[in-house]
Amino acid sequence: MSYTGKPKIAHPGLPRNQLGLTARDYEGAVSTLCAGCGHDSVTAAIVQAVFELNIEPHMLAKMSGIGCSSKTPAYFVSQSHGFNSVHGRMPSVTTGANAANRQLTYIGVSGDGDSLSIGVGQFVHAIRRNLNMCYIIENNGVYGLTKGQFSASADIGSKPKKGQPNQQEPIDAVSTALSLGATYIARSFSGDKEQLVPLIQGALRHNGFALIDIVSPCVTFNDHEGSTKSYAHTREFYHQVVDMDYVQPAAEIKAAYAKGEVMPIELHNGSKIVLRKIDESYDPTSRAKAFKYLREHFNAGEIVTGLLYLDETRAEMHDLMGNIDTPLAHLPLSGLHPGAAELKRILKSFA
Amino acid sequence: MATINDVVIKIATVNGTGSASANGLLRKAIFRMGIPVVGKNYFPSNIQGLPTWYEIRVTGDGYQARADRLDLMVAMNVQTYVQDMAEITSGGWLIYDSTWPRSQLLDRDDITVLGVPLSRMCNESFEGARARILMKNIAYVGVVAALLDIDLGIITTLLEETFAAKKKLIDSNMTAIQLGYDYAVENFVCPLPKKVAAIDKTKGHIIIDGNTAAGLGCMYAGATVGAWYPITPSTSLMDAFHSFCRKYRTDPETGKHSYCVMQAEDELAAIGMVLGASWNGARAFTPTSGPGISLMSEFLGLAYYAEIPAVVFDVQRTGPSTGMPTRTQQSDIMTCAFASHGDTRQVLLFPADPGECFHMAVSAFDFAERLQTPVLVLSDLDIGMNDWMIPEFEWDEDYVPDRGKVLGAEDLEAMDKFYRYLDVDGDGIPYRTFPGVHPKGSYFTRGSGHTKYGNYTEDSVAYQDVVDRLLVKWETARKLVPAAEIRTSTFNKMGILTVGSGNAACVEALDRLKAQDINIDYCRVKAFPFGSEVREFIEQHEIVFVVEQNRDAQLRSLLILDINADQNKLVPLLHYNGIPLGAGFVVEGVLQKIAQGKAA
Repeated sequence: MSYTGKPKIAHPGLPRNQLGLTARDYEGAVSTLCAGCGHDSVTAAIVQAVFELNIEPHMLAKMSGIGCSSKTPAYFVSQSHGFNSVHGRMPSVTTGANAANRQLTYIGVSGDGDSLSIGVGQFVHAIRRNLNMCYIIENNGVYGLTKGQFSASADIGSKPKKGQPNQQEPIDAVSTALSLGATYIARSFSGDKEQLVPLIQGALRHNGFALIDIVSPCVTFNDHEGSTKSYAHTREFYHQVVDMDYVQPAAEIKAAYAKGEVMPIELHNGSKIVLRKIDESYDPTSRAKAFKYLREHFNAGEIVTGLLYLDETRAEMHDLMGNIDTPLAHLPLSGLHPGAAELKRILKSFA
Repeated sequence: MATINDVVIKIATVNGTGSASANGLLRKAIFRMGIPVVGKNYFPSNIQGLPTWYEIRVTGDGYQARADRLDLMVAMNVQTYVQDMAEITSGGWLIYDSTWPRSQLLDRDDITVLGVPLSRMCNESFEGARARILMKNIAYVGVVAALLDIDLGIITTLLEETFAAKKKLIDSNMTAIQLGYDYAVENFVCPLPKKVAAIDKTKGHIIIDGNTAAGLGCMYAGATVGAWYPITPSTSLMDAFHSFCRKYRTDPETGKHSYCVMQAEDELAAIGMVLGASWNGARAFTPTSGPGISLMSEFLGLAYYAEIPAVVFDVQRTGPSTGMPTRTQQSDIMTCAFASHGDTRQVLLFPADPGECFHMAVSAFDFAERLQTPVLVLSDLDIGMNDWMIPEFEWDEDYVPDRGKVLGAEDLEAMDKFYRYLDVDGDGIPYRTFPGVHPKGSYFTRGSGHTKYGNYTEDSVAYQDVVDRLLVKWETARKLVPAAEIRTSTFNKMGILTVGSGNAACVEALDRLKAQDINIDYCRVKAFPFGSEVREFIEQHEIVFVVEQNRDAQLRSLLILDINADQNKLVPLLHYNGIPLGAGFVVEGVLQKIAQGKAA
């Protein structure tokens, strides 16, 4: 809601990352979302995550569809290319982009309407391909831009600002992704930056489809009493089961962890994530057990958060297809066909 | 009256019984005798058990269109026997399997019926139900060979080439062919008065379908990303691309691919993938047909407005809706020209045969990247899935791909600031950058209102500035795309104007009309937007017959819309029953209009 631009000059004392850039260099345009919107907190977490990961801005591609959430890529890392596509179709555009250049880091920001209503088909199929991307759903249960209609993630009994409570089954992004074989699945809350930043970092470094379903309240249309996606409701029923730390490649694990609760996992690029189980009974490597746990706690009205499932063994899209490591877009076109003499030979079989 | 090398054969069979290889054998043998020949498929939207036909037109004059008559019917399918018999042109011949009795009621006294006990002969000579069915279909090749005087030696050679590694198959196939051949020679007067004789008119030619040629063109163009959703009649285009890539784009040592073929979950995803890949610097394409175009429309509008190259092949079939998926039409012209909501215009290319499918596949990528917009190549089922005899196409080793206005890292480093949608050169085409190249090249791609600097806007002036500049680009496109093929003479007041596969029938019709002393000029459009030569052609003639394969005269409407053509001059000749256009329809149409006084 701000109409003043951001100051261009950064404080000389601001910390710099390995590329010599400050967090300010990872910011974008001023947000035009409502004051207090959960999405702006997610944007801030993305800025911090990318800054700390030392990602060169031009090596990051920001993808989105349509909706409040899909506007946010304009609000972070302005030196990255962004693609604000059509409603619900961010996954296919990202799939094509990744097919052309597997060297870039892809972050897609979507919403519950964009991913679970109009775009559920593309969301599902990107997971099946194990597309290498960080897929964020800023989940508030409503359509903001069209003034508060329910989306497919609205819980049964959740009350709208006007009209009748929702009676349809919600589509839960996390259990949907789990059933489809996503290889990194997390849930978090826009109000918990401490949990969110390492989850985003792990998702960006994970070699495959990484989903983070983030409850991100809509202050204007879904933050009232009786809503199950409000700040108050989310804080009350927030249930952290597995927390995680992200550890850069070659860095040591320094934090002191209590024995038996810690599970370090090495990622494809040599970095590590350390899972800290808050609920010891939870197993984030078993789809079947995770599913049962999630369902039971969902039935109890709890919002289970943390890194809920991780599989580092499954190959991502290019490797599943057996593609070369070089980005296809970098191949000189002249080397991609066998030339005139071979065409003659090919056509001989048509004579 | 005896005629040589001018005969039309149609074979009626049941699909899924191996008749395709028998029919191919006949067609190839005639081609190898140096005689021009074309083959057309009439097949059901079904896998096994329904009627299917293959029509072979032997044409010493080298015409490509569907014939308007039928000389020799091989009626192998009892289910369609009545219809098949009725279709034969008076004076023609019918071959049927005389193993079982046939109702005399179905006789026609103006044709010659030739019964051959194909099933009985094959049952006596072969073991097993499957072999007997397959061999029955091969045996009719022998009968036709005897009746038309097709060289048996060439047939043997073809079988040897096909089954090089399976000597047994060569022998059994030859046995079946000989059974049919010998029976015909012993029982009928062979050859018929309509027969073939070796000439030398196929040298330097090939027989190929348009989808295979287009798939090959995509490989030569350097396409690396192909996304698609299976749909008849476009499927074989991606099959061809994929199989050529498997052969030529697989690293012999590592087995890794330098291509990415993605079967999408639907056409929406297929075009989304193409746009993502193009945006990222790859040459990407999708083949589809009418229903796919409907689904892709929203994305095509984004590509037009956000200025992202894309190559789309629309192998047209009959509409509306599901229509007849295995029949041909040119009924997507309007939908494609204005695909998507809002003020959207798309560049179209219209190949007329498989050779143009190859070359236009290559130039489609050049135009798409030069113009930074989708280019839709409108083929159809007739071109895409039928066997056309065309001059062997060649690859120009000097070809340099046109990647259009792309700024590299050095360009960007030297620039103060990059703006995505500025018309720097006055041709309406801005400069673009690829992600991952340089931080200065970053911009935000969006389908929402944007300024010439690439920023989001709801400002009337800034919005209009961009959409008006797109019109400047449209005029650049008009000059860039291939000009129409035009044949004029200063004396002619009438013209025929057609598009795509209409070419074959119109060219033949012009010859037939000329033989009746009716001289007509010709214009075949190859692209949309239409060039000034098309406008001039219409202006220069009193009457222009617009020949197209749809009900609503879509090409005619587009001429009126795009170049303000005088609609009183444009006389529609519309063929839209799903069967490929033949010259007879055009000739009769023109003669009728002349008789009615609509033209003279």
